[in-house]
Amino acid sequence: MGFFNKIKNFLTSNEEENTSDKIEKQKKLNDGLEKTKSSLFEKISKKVVGKSKIDDEDLDDIEEILITSDIGVDTSLKIIESLEKRVQKEKYISSDELTKILKEEIELLLVNSTDIDSDVKFESDIPYVIMVVGVNGVGKTTTIGKLAYKFKKSGFKVVLGAADTFRAAAIDQLTIWADRVGVEIVKQNMGSDPASVAYDTLQSAISKNADVVIIDTAGRLHNKVNLMNELSKVKSVMSKLIPNAPHDVLLVLDASTGQNAIEQAKQFSSVTQVNSLALTKLDGTAKGGVVIGISDQLKIPVRFIGVGEAMEDLQIFNKETFVDTLFNN
Amino acid sequence: MFENLSDKLDKAFKVLKGQGSISEINVAQTMKEIRKALISADVDFKTAKEFTAKVKDKAIGQEVLTTLKPGELLTKIMKDELADLMGSSSSEINLDKKPTVILVAGLQGSGKTTFCGKLAYFLKNTKKKSPLLVACDVYRPAAIDQISVLADQISVNVYKEVENKNPIQISNNAIDFAKKNKHDVIIIDTAGRLAIDEQMMDEITNIKSSVNPNEILFVVDSMTGQDAVNTAKAFNERLDFNGVVLTKLDGDTRGGAALTIRSVVDKPIKFIGTSEKMEGLDIFHPDRMASRILGMGDVISLVERAQQQFDEEEARKIQKKIAKNTFGFDDFLKQINQIKKMGNIKDLAGMIPGVGKAIKDVDIDNDAFKGIESIIHSMTPYERSNPHVLNGSRKKRIAAGSGTNVQEINQLIKQFSQMGKMMKMMQGGGASRMMQMMKGNNLPKF
Repeated sequence: MGFFNKIKNFLTSNEEENTSDKIEKQKKLNDGLEKTKSSLFEKISKKVVGKSKIDDEDLDDIEEILITSDIGVDTSLKIIESLEKRVQKEKYISSDELTKILKEEIELLLVNSTDIDSDVKFESDIPYVIMVVGVNGVGKTTTIGKLAYKFKKSGFKVVLGAADTFRAAAIDQLTIWADRVGVEIVKQNMGSDPASVAYDTLQSAISKNADVVIIDTAGRLHNKVNLMNELSKVKSVMSKLIPNAPHDVLLVLDASTGQNAIEQAKQFSSVTQVNSLALTKLDGTAKGGVVIGISDQLKIPVRFIGVGEAMEDLQIFNKETFVDTLFNN
Repeated sequence: MFENLSDKLDKAFKVLKGQGSISEINVAQTMKEIRKALISADVDFKTAKEFTAKVKDKAIGQEVLTTLKPGELLTKIMKDELADLMGSSSSEINLDKKPTVILVAGLQGSGKTTFCGKLAYFLKNTKKKSPLLVACDVYRPAAIDQISVLADQISVNVYKEVENKNPIQISNNAIDFAKKNKHDVIIIDTAGRLAIDEQMMDEITNIKSSVNPNEILFVVDSMTGQDAVNTAKAFNERLDFNGVVLTKLDGDTRGGAALTIRSVVDKPIKFIGTSEKMEGLDIFHPDRMASRILGMGDVISLVERAQQQFDEEEARKIQKKIAKNTFGFDDFLKQINQIKKMGNIKDLAGMIPGVGKAIKDVDIDNDAFKGIESIIHSMTPYERSNPHVLNGSRKKRIAAGSGTNVQEINQLIKQFSQMGKMMKMMQGGGASRMMQMMKGNNLPKF
């Protein structure tokens, strides 16, 4: 298997994990979600059994499930519309069937990582470069630590670039992660030019024959024009050394964020061509349903989910599992 | 998406025109629109439902004034109701006890540490206190370094025990340290924690019962969605906090979480975070937050606010001065202060229909007037009331004093005299007209 196939495989499959791991993970993800979801969903399912049309009251309840998962008004309406059509046509008879139909309709809106024609094609431009972006406090640095661990465990040589030179102690935080995971880190002083850190990191990674580079950037609110311009500069400087770098621009979203996440995805995409998402803090009660709308509108796949503070708590996103947890009963 | 809620409401109310009052029939569709708007602003599902029911009750039977469109009237009812629900402004923190202990809690990444730094800076500079920051986030890598760097930036002491992993011990030791070193406020920064993490929630409950804080503040990211209701409830059940801090409001989120939290736990929002800088801490204004959640380009509220804030007495004096041609730079300064009192300039501009979108991508500094102010402050009282005496050498002196150059001063004088002329032209107009003129192109840009 060529290098890029290996990378691609790494980014899209959970192959290396054994079954008991998976069950444990699913349990972790379910724990937070189950309590609030099940009662509501059971309520609906009982009411609609045997009907060919969902009445207004039932629709309101379904809407509530969707809305309270942060799926948003527009996407919820879209899901409900297609649900109504399906029910008219097929007539459901059991709650299981309704669940199935709802799940299917939602899954349709979520793009697969593999649906997207990945940039992973060129054997010439190694190392594979991932640039990590997002607003303040979503968990960029933590995600990078976990991601580095995951890559290293799969046998890749990883170099981290500490290009968040703005936030107090951000460099220290990433350094601790680098030590913990046992990967190299390239850094400069606080306040130095982030583009220059990114450049240095790539240079160092090339000379050390690294496989993967992950660049951390400072959190920034997407409506700050100057900071967003800075980000595009950090991005463009990398292509001077490696033509297609960064191969991945990973936008980190906090699962507890509401509808503003859509605006975040739009703005970061327009500046840095985001091509994948990481959804963090899914071990809480937040559902992160907003990624459904993002995926549907912008066709950006969710690639990773964060489910804890430990090094191992980063999973490859699986849409069936994700939707299952929204509707587990 | 709901940039023009008011327009939408007008459409929904088409049937109503000529009817003169809001009735049950024509209000149903509108309420649906409002509920959608609130949910899109991240107001919790149930809260939005309850809220629209309340607005509906208030709206039905209301006479539509001739000057207002039904949509506008409803918008106003709703805004008043929202502001009302969010409580009165500025519930300050109680600093009577010596030393005052403030405990800061919240989820991961909500902005606790940055807020602690800002609060210390605020207490030191505005309240003349001697705050001590306490680093109790013993879990996240480099969290202690982060608060230390911030403390350094604002020249405030920080208490930390790098090897100690017990936040209760650290807090208590910090209080002893504060007493010995004459610190009168202690701000305890804690680790971010999920509301369903029993172990971590136990920990913060134990910190609370051990240090017995005078004030507990719950920090929430203003971009929080539907989960705000769960989180706020859980933290409140454990901590019975005194107030809420809403962070990252310099983003473009509607901030519906503010309404959710307010209606679910009924605790005041005490501070808002408006930048990454240490001075970016503000008092909460319910009415501004109401406008923001509704996201409307709302002339009514602009006028309303102008009327409230403009000192009528002051306005009359100024009109007299214009009439007598004695309007000077001191009066100009007063005008600037009036505008500043009305709030964030970008917010104000955003309320003018059509402008909100246009300036979305422009960074407008709230200090836009700083240059003008420093020039005027560098003038002598005589020069301020007699602008015509400003000659070359005076200008040079003023430039040196204000850190500007003669060109900028010339520009200000030119625009100032243009403004004087225009004011004379529209004499007799009320304060709001004067203000409207000032928000035009008449102010020099620095």
